Amino acid sequence: MELLEVQSLSLRFGGIVALADLNIKVREGGLHAVIGPNGAGKTSLFNCLSGVYRPTTGNIFLKDREITGMKPHQISRLGIARTFQNIELFANMTVMDNLLLGRHVHMKTGPFSGALFYGRALTEEVHCRLKVEEIIDFLEIEKVRKKPVGSLPYGIQKRVELGRALAMQPNILLLDEPVAGMNVEETEDMARFILDINEELGVTIIMVEHDMGVVMDIAEIVTVLDFGAKIAEGSPQEIQANNRVIEAYLGQE
Amino acid sequence: MKVLAIRSKTFRESYKEDIRLFQTIWIKVWMGLFIVFLSLLPFLGDPYVVYLVNISSVAAISALGLNILTGFTGQISLGHAAFFAIGAYGTAILASRFSLPFWVSLPAGGIVATVAGLLVGVPCLRLKGLYLAMATMSFGVVIEFLVVTLDGLTKGVRGIAVPPVKLFGYALDSNETLYYLLLSVTALCLITASNIIRTRVGRAFVAIRDRDIAAEVMGVDLVTYKVMAFAISSFYAGIAGGLYAYLMAYIHPEHFSFLLSVQYLAMIIVGGLGSILGSVFGAVFITIVPEFIKSFAEGLSRIFPVLEGRYDDNWNIAAFGLMIVLFLIFEPKGLAGIWGRVKTCFKNWPYTY
Ligand SMILES: Nc1ncnc2c1ncn2[C@@H]1O[C@H](COP(=O)(O)OP(=O)(O)O)[C@@H](O)[C@H]1O
Ligand SMILES: [Mg+2]
Repeated sequence: MELLEVQSLSLRFGGIVALADLNIKVREGGLHAVIGPNGAGKTSLFNCLSGVYRPTTGNIFLKDREITGMKPHQISRLGIARTFQNIELFANMTVMDNLLLGRHVHMKTGPFSGALFYGRALTEEVHCRLKVEEIIDFLEIEKVRKKPVGSLPYGIQKRVELGRALAMQPNILLLDEPVAGMNVEETEDMARFILDINEELGVTIIMVEHDMGVVMDIAEIVTVLDFGAKIAEGSPQEIQANNRVIEAYLGQE
Repeated sequence: MKVLAIRSKTFRESYKEDIRLFQTIWIKVWMGLFIVFLSLLPFLGDPYVVYLVNISSVAAISALGLNILTGFTGQISLGHAAFFAIGAYGTAILASRFSLPFWVSLPAGGIVATVAGLLVGVPCLRLKGLYLAMATMSFGVVIEFLVVTLDGLTKGVRGIAVPPVKLFGYALDSNETLYYLLLSVTALCLITASNIIRTRVGRAFVAIRDRDIAAEVMGVDLVTYKVMAFAISSFYAGIAGGLYAYLMAYIHPEHFSFLLSVQYLAMIIVGGLGSILGSVFGAVFITIVPEFIKSFAEGLSRIFPVLEGRYDDNWNIAAFGLMIVLFLIFEPKGLAGIWGRVKTCFKNWPYTY
């Protein structure tokens, strides 16, 4: 069954066409990759899905519910979490606080109960810390829990950002180039985390990625974008053999 | 199963320890000694020192408010004195004209300031940086003007005399008697603010400051939290204003000029943006510095008789300006940053590296 459906989505910035009449269906529990040359519109698609951009035309459905044009904080409440191509962590906050912020939508403490920090506010804080600690264990970042993220190496920051999205307990996770700029070992770790999240936690994943090795290894279905339009879709094997895809990539070089 | 239950209990306990305000036994000991010292201060002598502590407490509460808005949430304000003024006038009018007791008029002044904060916060939502600074500054100017003009309410340039605080039948009408009350309210303000900052709301504030789009994608409603920062910030300013009215026993429009807003900004920059403790350091520092400048000026005029009687407020303005610049360049984390380094130094001593 489809969890997310994008119907004839278009996005224009003045004369630039970032997305052109795009149709995508994502299966519940699927691991869906979106690939394409630079500037193809992959990040723009994610920005539409998470509410950062408002599409020019078209519709986005989460199950039966239309989410087109909703605000990012409303969409996050419906269970869509994401990471960013250029890490967007809260650099002055610790790893722990970044992940705790990920639990914002699952918490209730307001300024009054927070000011007293007693009773429910305290219970909630402790409960969320336990949840976050599970994620820290899972991502193997125990050593840096209390470090400000700005001081951490790039590969670890990528992991923390994944952790922050996981803390939201999403149904759908959007990953924008999760292994970009990583070495072989870091890439393998990240690929393993993504598979575990998909298979063990049952989170539906949409992943933009340039690393074809990772895409071919773990994706179940691949959508190829070029100039904002879908030029191919299929299993990794089908995509690898597709002439239009090869052309699009070669044309770019 | 049983083992698991026990383990999770110790986990829970250790997290509670983790989120405690005063982490180690040593911090508690030092805090205890500091509290004893403060309680004995009025008996140790100089009434002027008591007065300075009183003024610093009021300043600290107000600076704390500005730090929540500017230091933690990243919304710059050059009109903080306006909320302080609204609290001061709110409390003063309720106490003098309606003879309301301290424990009603003080919170009421804070609430009036909070409402003003909400009213300013909403139209300021779309403004950032310089534009926000200009908008809040204009608000400050408008309030300064209104305080003079609405003299039916504020008694304009004649000022308002404020009756003393009455607690349990005693009138607290001197610096020494108000001292403990002011310190208690300050402590209460510091504790509540620290709690807000280290829980959900505070994390949302810092997230907005660091990266607003990411914060929104993580579920933080920017509109709600930006306005909330304004409201909380002006509540503290209003409480500080109310205390100021009682402490001075008389308020006048001149006490709430644009210079005061600049002074609050200097306090949080010098003390440390985004630090609760920094607000206190900055408030004390900026309150005391003019005293040093005054003695310095007096010293100078003994050497250069031309300077005789030339000391005025402008010396302080120049000093504040200089300090803001120096701290921004050399110690952006302010006195709180220096304090943090000294602390780590002691913690690791004698293993300095
Ligand atoms: N905020 C924006 N304003 C103007 N143009 C944009 C904006 N965001 C993206 N674009 C344009 O949309 C196109 C697609 O960009 P993007 O989605 O970032 O591509 P990708 O992630 O596939 O590399 C590019 O031509 C880019 O310049
Ligand atoms: Mg991109």
